[in-house]
Amino acid sequence: MLGRTLREVSAALKQGQITPTELCQKCLSLIKKTKFLNAYITVSEEVALKQAEESEQRYKNGQSLGDLDGIPVAVKDNFSTSGIETTCASNMLKGYIPPYNATVVQKLLDQGALLMGKTNLDEFAMGSGSTDGVFGPVKNPWSYSKQYREKRKQNPHSKNEDSDWLITGGSSGGSAAAVSAFTCYAALGSDTGGSTRNPAAHCGLVGFKPSYGLVSRHGLIPLVNSMDVPGILTRCVDDAAIVLGALAGPDPKDSTTVHDPINKPFMLPSLADVSKLCIGIPKEYLVPELSSEVRSLWSKAADLFESGGAKVLEVSLPHTSYSIVCYHVLCTSEVASNMARFDGLQYGHRCDIDVSTEAMYAATRREGFNDVVRGRILSGNFFLLKENYENYFVKAQKVRRLIANDFVNAFNSGVDVLLTPTTLSEAVPYLEFIKEDNRTRSAQDDIFTQAVNMAGLPAVSIPVALSNQGLPIGLQFIGRAFCDQQLLTVAKWFEKQVQFPVIQLQELMDYCSAVLENEKLASVSLK
Amino acid sequence: MAAPMLRWVGRGRRWTFAQVDGGSCHRREAPTGFTSNRIRGQSSVAQQPLYTTQKPRKGEHKWAAVVGLEIHAQISSNSKLFSGSQVRFSAPPNSLVSFFDASLPGTLPVLNRRCVEAAVMTGLALNCHINKKSLFDRKHYFYADLPAGYQITQQRLPIAVNGSLTYGICAGKKQSQVIPKTVRIKQIQLEQDSGKSLHDDLRSQTLIDLNRAGVGLLEVVLEPDLSCGEEAATAVRELQLILQALGTSQANMAEGQLRVDANISVHHPGEPLGVRTEVKNLNSIRFLAKAIDYEIQRQINELENGGEILNETRSFHYQLGCTMSMRDKEGKQDYRFMPEPNLPPLVLYDATSLPADADPQQVINIDQIRETLPELPSVTRERLVQQYGMLLEHSFTLLNEVGLLEFFQNVIKETRAEPKKVTSWVLNTFLGYLKQQNLAVSESPVTPSALAELLDLLDSRTISSAAAKQVFEEMWKREGKTPGQIVSEKQLELMEDRGALEQLCHSMMEAHPQVVMDLKEGNPRAINKLIGLVRKATQNRADPAMIKEILEKKLSS
Repeated sequence: MLGRTLREVSAALKQGQITPTELCQKCLSLIKKTKFLNAYITVSEEVALKQAEESEQRYKNGQSLGDLDGIPVAVKDNFSTSGIETTCASNMLKGYIPPYNATVVQKLLDQGALLMGKTNLDEFAMGSGSTDGVFGPVKNPWSYSKQYREKRKQNPHSKNEDSDWLITGGSSGGSAAAVSAFTCYAALGSDTGGSTRNPAAHCGLVGFKPSYGLVSRHGLIPLVNSMDVPGILTRCVDDAAIVLGALAGPDPKDSTTVHDPINKPFMLPSLADVSKLCIGIPKEYLVPELSSEVRSLWSKAADLFESGGAKVLEVSLPHTSYSIVCYHVLCTSEVASNMARFDGLQYGHRCDIDVSTEAMYAATRREGFNDVVRGRILSGNFFLLKENYENYFVKAQKVRRLIANDFVNAFNSGVDVLLTPTTLSEAVPYLEFIKEDNRTRSAQDDIFTQAVNMAGLPAVSIPVALSNQGLPIGLQFIGRAFCDQQLLTVAKWFEKQVQFPVIQLQELMDYCSAVLENEKLASVSLK
Repeated sequence: MAAPMLRWVGRGRRWTFAQVDGGSCHRREAPTGFTSNRIRGQSSVAQQPLYTTQKPRKGEHKWAAVVGLEIHAQISSNSKLFSGSQVRFSAPPNSLVSFFDASLPGTLPVLNRRCVEAAVMTGLALNCHINKKSLFDRKHYFYADLPAGYQITQQRLPIAVNGSLTYGICAGKKQSQVIPKTVRIKQIQLEQDSGKSLHDDLRSQTLIDLNRAGVGLLEVVLEPDLSCGEEAATAVRELQLILQALGTSQANMAEGQLRVDANISVHHPGEPLGVRTEVKNLNSIRFLAKAIDYEIQRQINELENGGEILNETRSFHYQLGCTMSMRDKEGKQDYRFMPEPNLPPLVLYDATSLPADADPQQVINIDQIRETLPELPSVTRERLVQQYGMLLEHSFTLLNEVGLLEFFQNVIKETRAEPKKVTSWVLNTFLGYLKQQNLAVSESPVTPSALAELLDLLDSRTISSAAAKQVFEEMWKREGKTPGQIVSEKQLELMEDRGALEQLCHSMMEAHPQVVMDLKEGNPRAINKLIGLVRKATQNRADPAMIKEILEKKLSS
């Protein structure tokens, strides 16, 4: 039951094959078993069980709220959840319990979803590995999959050490690990430069970033307001569409949501053929750093469309290479501004120093933020200085416009959807990953995903195949603004063609048991 | 410490003035007369007064002051600029604070339509160009009562620009001439108010009240066209009247709904502008004038003594009557302005640009707001002058005193007396009593109806005007008595009995033969003495004209 998709388990609930409470308990027990993945910061067991009980009552009364009623979901710990600690994986917000729900969280709850907990991330979503949060790194469930383990055994060079576990990617790595390890059926991530799509690719999931303005950001603790969107992580495209259907729509609390009616619910037709489609392949995305495996899968995917009757065109997005540096200026500037509110006065961490308000601010912020956050605040404030504003911020805004125009031009040339890699390669081991600093990693890892956020377009990463190492590789589809449904329809056709394998976690379960045994022994010996 | 004496030089004459209420720093040459239409482009810079030091030397050392104002007017609205919290003065601390106001992470601003309408209305009333598209920016600084660490304002593209404010400066021998002046308005921007910090020095704590945090403000930026405290005070008073007439702000300075910062510099005319200081903490119009004049003289003295003016923020100390450097703001602030990413551009429409299918709830139509503009103070004054034949300066007084115009109009409504008579009674007698006892119109013991009744008695010649004064005094002292009651109690009715009056005149002439002699010897003015004596004997009940007629008749016979 746990390995099923959201749509399948929803049908099972409706048919009474399983009750919401049973489902909830199974997920909770798996959350406990997979605790070592560090996917969750907070497990909201009581809340989830109570919600399950209510859902069960609704099913009994024949008053189900829809596809999401009784479905366990997880939410990245940078969405406000009323009464549940929301930390952003930062010392600054440890112990902060918001008094309100983010609009997306409220919408999930209104649809009857069960909130299993809050998932781990890089501090304030700044990172691409889910390694830089105050609660420690998230481990990729695929590290413990049968597929990966067997490949490793075949490789004489690989050391079969537990320290060789892989990163999930980030910053929504906790959400990705939670869905990938079957502890829930869908999870919310956030996506500012690729933070949903990147871990989705590394964890073999569908990672969807909706059009900017389609889904409310109210309650999402911001990284870059002008690029942030709530992201959706699921096991298949249809599931993502169901969740999007629940979340999309204007929100009076977020003035950047659009009022234009968009077809709801997001039912995705099954395309019989793709002969009317035009797929664009941006040539600038073929970079030397791209792994040969990803490149070959990308090219196979293009062939797949071509053989399906679609027109496949090479297109140019000439300003792509400026995206990273442009993003750096805009992101850090908004970070500097958004982080100004964390001063220890109204909420969150406050230091003990009270000689003056200024000293209190300084020490609070020093203690509350990690090096990555502080570094970005410092850069951002530099770019916003009066003497620098024109040379950095304004220029970056202009470049952003050029990047957005690149996409407009590509779509105006008749292309329906762009097909690109999501990441340079499959997930790397943690020890490998931390050889470079956060900034370098973010710059490398966001290369294919970031420009989409600049342009506010919808994009989705679809798992395609396993690499030679037995690890998932994803490809990205980019659609026209507010053509999210079309984008997902194309992705669904593709998903059907590639038949990505399900993660085999028996190894993981065995490992869990072993870890649990060890923990028990440890706790016994401590007594 | 009193405001220092300033000397004013112009056209070879020199005045001194100590304070705004008494003196004026304006040229008292013949005014061109108040023209009713607004005078655009007439900058008062051209006729700015010149200052000298206390020991003027020949030819040189003439100083001109340049004053610009930044005025923050709290928008009168039910809820805050970007949140649904109520706006109310003197509510219990932190009782009107939404999640957004406390800057809880993840909250977003939602623009209050009413505040935008108020800004457009104010912009139109101040002859501004209303920008069809305006933008919001973040202005960053750390302060305990600024929870987000930034204020949302309109730095790059404000909602209204390039306006003007015309005000009248009183001049002439009795301050009875009104010289029109115009100050240009650079811009009007929408922005958030901050919270309030209350410093408990005893426990060295700062207490924060966020009730005010996020309340909508209109920042009205005036060009530096002003040249002295009185001009600034009069311009601000006019703005206050306009805001109150529009209802866009209660503009009560004592409650902080209108706050003024002044930028002040001095220079020699023809030379580049001097270094300016900013004076804050000006919480009444009187202190505004005082602070500016003090600061001008301080700068002149400083420069004359070889010192230099620092570009600094100063605070006006109203007890000492002087400005002082605010040391804590010495560090140069870089506000690191940035576009507010959570608010789309504010787009306004007019009749021509309004899309046909626009939802009226979602759009703001400038032309529609223009149609709802109420009568502005300048028009009200014109109307008063035309309708009631009063002098322009009287119309200024009527508008300047809170509630006086309404009082006047209520009296007019209920009395048969001539408007000129009403004007005279309201402005001289009534206002005089108020001033003497330092009362507001609303605190007056005399109601408009009572005064109307009194003026009716006067109009119907039931009482003499001297008796009317007496009745008024009684009315003031003994609240609740109607003029009719007082007149009959005190027997103040006009003496209609001509025979009795003739008798009285006769005996008065007999009792004062010396005066009669004077008269007969060719001093006609001596008759006034007799008239006075007769009036006194009648307790002011007799008509002086009748007395005079009787006396003259008797004298000539």
